[in-house]
Amino acid sequence: MVQQKTWGRKAFDVFNHTLLAVLAISCLLPLINILAISLSSTNAIETGKVSFWPVEFTTFAYEHIARTKPFQTSLLITLERVALGVALNFILTVMIAYPLSREVSSFKMRTVYVWVFVFTMLFSGGLIPTYLVVKEAGFLDTIWALLLPTAVPIFNVVLLLNFFRNLPKELTEAAFIDGAGHWSILWNIMVPLSLPALATVTLFSIVGHWNEWFYGLIYMNDPAKYPLSSYLQTIIIRFDLSSITDTTQLELLSKLNNRALRSAQIFLGALPVLLVYPFLQKYFMSGIVLGSVKE
Amino acid sequence: MRIKRMWLELPLHLMLIPGLVLILIFSYGPMVGLVIAFQKFNYASGLFGSSWNGLDNFKYVYSLPDTMNVIRNTIVISVMKIIAGLIFPIVTALLLNELRKQLFKRTIQTLIYLPNFLSWVILSGILIEILSPATGILNSLMASVGLEKVFFLGDPGWFPYVLVGSDVWKEFGFSTIVYLAALASINPTLYEAAVIDGAGRWKQTWHVTLPGMLPIIVLLTTLSLGQVLNAGFDQVFNLYSPVVYSTGDILDTYVYRIGLVNGQFGVATAVGLFKSVISFFLICLSYILAYRLANYRIF
Repeated sequence: MVQQKTWGRKAFDVFNHTLLAVLAISCLLPLINILAISLSSTNAIETGKVSFWPVEFTTFAYEHIARTKPFQTSLLITLERVALGVALNFILTVMIAYPLSREVSSFKMRTVYVWVFVFTMLFSGGLIPTYLVVKEAGFLDTIWALLLPTAVPIFNVVLLLNFFRNLPKELTEAAFIDGAGHWSILWNIMVPLSLPALATVTLFSIVGHWNEWFYGLIYMNDPAKYPLSSYLQTIIIRFDLSSITDTTQLELLSKLNNRALRSAQIFLGALPVLLVYPFLQKYFMSGIVLGSVKE
Repeated sequence: MRIKRMWLELPLHLMLIPGLVLILIFSYGPMVGLVIAFQKFNYASGLFGSSWNGLDNFKYVYSLPDTMNVIRNTIVISVMKIIAGLIFPIVTALLLNELRKQLFKRTIQTLIYLPNFLSWVILSGILIEILSPATGILNSLMASVGLEKVFFLGDPGWFPYVLVGSDVWKEFGFSTIVYLAALASINPTLYEAAVIDGAGRWKQTWHVTLPGMLPIIVLLTTLSLGQVLNAGFDQVFNLYSPVVYSTGDILDTYVYRIGLVNGQFGVATAVGLFKSVISFFLICLSYILAYRLANYRIF
């Protein structure tokens, strides 16, 4: 819409642009501060000279972390968890969303199943009973404790379900006439047509598994089995010195500034998301709109 | 004919079985375990060996001096988050909508959505570092302009505001994008009609834009009602400390300490059950309200 550029309008535009720019940069600044600290020397940090740029540049903190065994092990566990978890989520989401998207006329028990699945979104047994179930099933201290309880992402199922329903019925009818069964319709027609929705859901699943830390802490008794985010939690928040077991590490630690070390760990924990984000933010943003705005 | 129909539907049933089995074990199984709330639970004796003590666990929790405070904290923090989480994104969406240059607009959107993807472990680490009273950058800046230094994370007066502020900072990108999409879908002819009737920018915003966004605002608010008892365990757990329990302790962190740290499983499950039941009613209420007020069917 073409408008007259009045004085007031111009002033507002300048104000608006500045305000939004400041807001956006404030979302980056904390990360920049942390990065600067992680790359600065002990001396500079202690004397408070570091704000948004490294002072007396050094990569000592990062070198130290890369050599720390718990960091490496937990990183591998997280990678394993993300790979298995996302694959499991994907297969289950697709396999559950398809039958539930069928009309009641072609699938009589549909409503019953929907209620069975959806009820779990409304009511849950709580932390302690779930913990006991996982324990009784024998999954404590295994990666399955992290994968199985949340293997069925109901919210994503509902999202995909609605998406499947909006696909043209003629396609499935034509496929039936040609003799296709449900299984081949699902994998040869529905899934290829749902790639944007599936991509978004998968991306959220990846980020979710990468960042999840609480279950790692409570289901693993052995700290060596912690995924990366749980390991970082013990280091950054609780700074659990009992996880350092050999004396050469303690020596290094005294040379290394505590804050630099923590900042480096924080930055490394955020790094994968930061790297992936610019390329995939298009999917993330379209994904929000997918589930929310109705015509 | 019946057999033929069952044969045709068989693949559908089979597809659901893996998911169903997992749900039955890991979602419905724990619901059975809720009976622990009525037991004097002993870890060694397990579910079937522990004795029953009726409503004693609930009475015990009610008698603890902290319980009422914890519930109060949970509700106060949640409500503040809902309100702030409403105002901030709406204003930002309105401002973003005024931008003409698409590149600038998209860059801003990308940047503000970023904090959403960092976990609370990472963000808490950052916040602890920045808000540190002696060495943190925020306090240094405040000192340089003559303000007194504040121990943000250790002051019960400041702590709830730190929680709400940092939560808004993390989450507002998401809501802003939703509101922006809703804004974009408002019929342009409405604006043109308003201009013909002599409306300036303010009147247009008040009479066209906001009413156009109302359905989605109502929807997001009612949906967040169901979550009012979840004041954000991930965030609070990583940022709190005993010093700020009086204003910062929420239901979930309380249950965590009683249950997993002190080992009082029966009591912790009782509080968990209480929370689940109330949340259930709130969620059902919010779904009904969403349907009535915004005509939105969840499924």
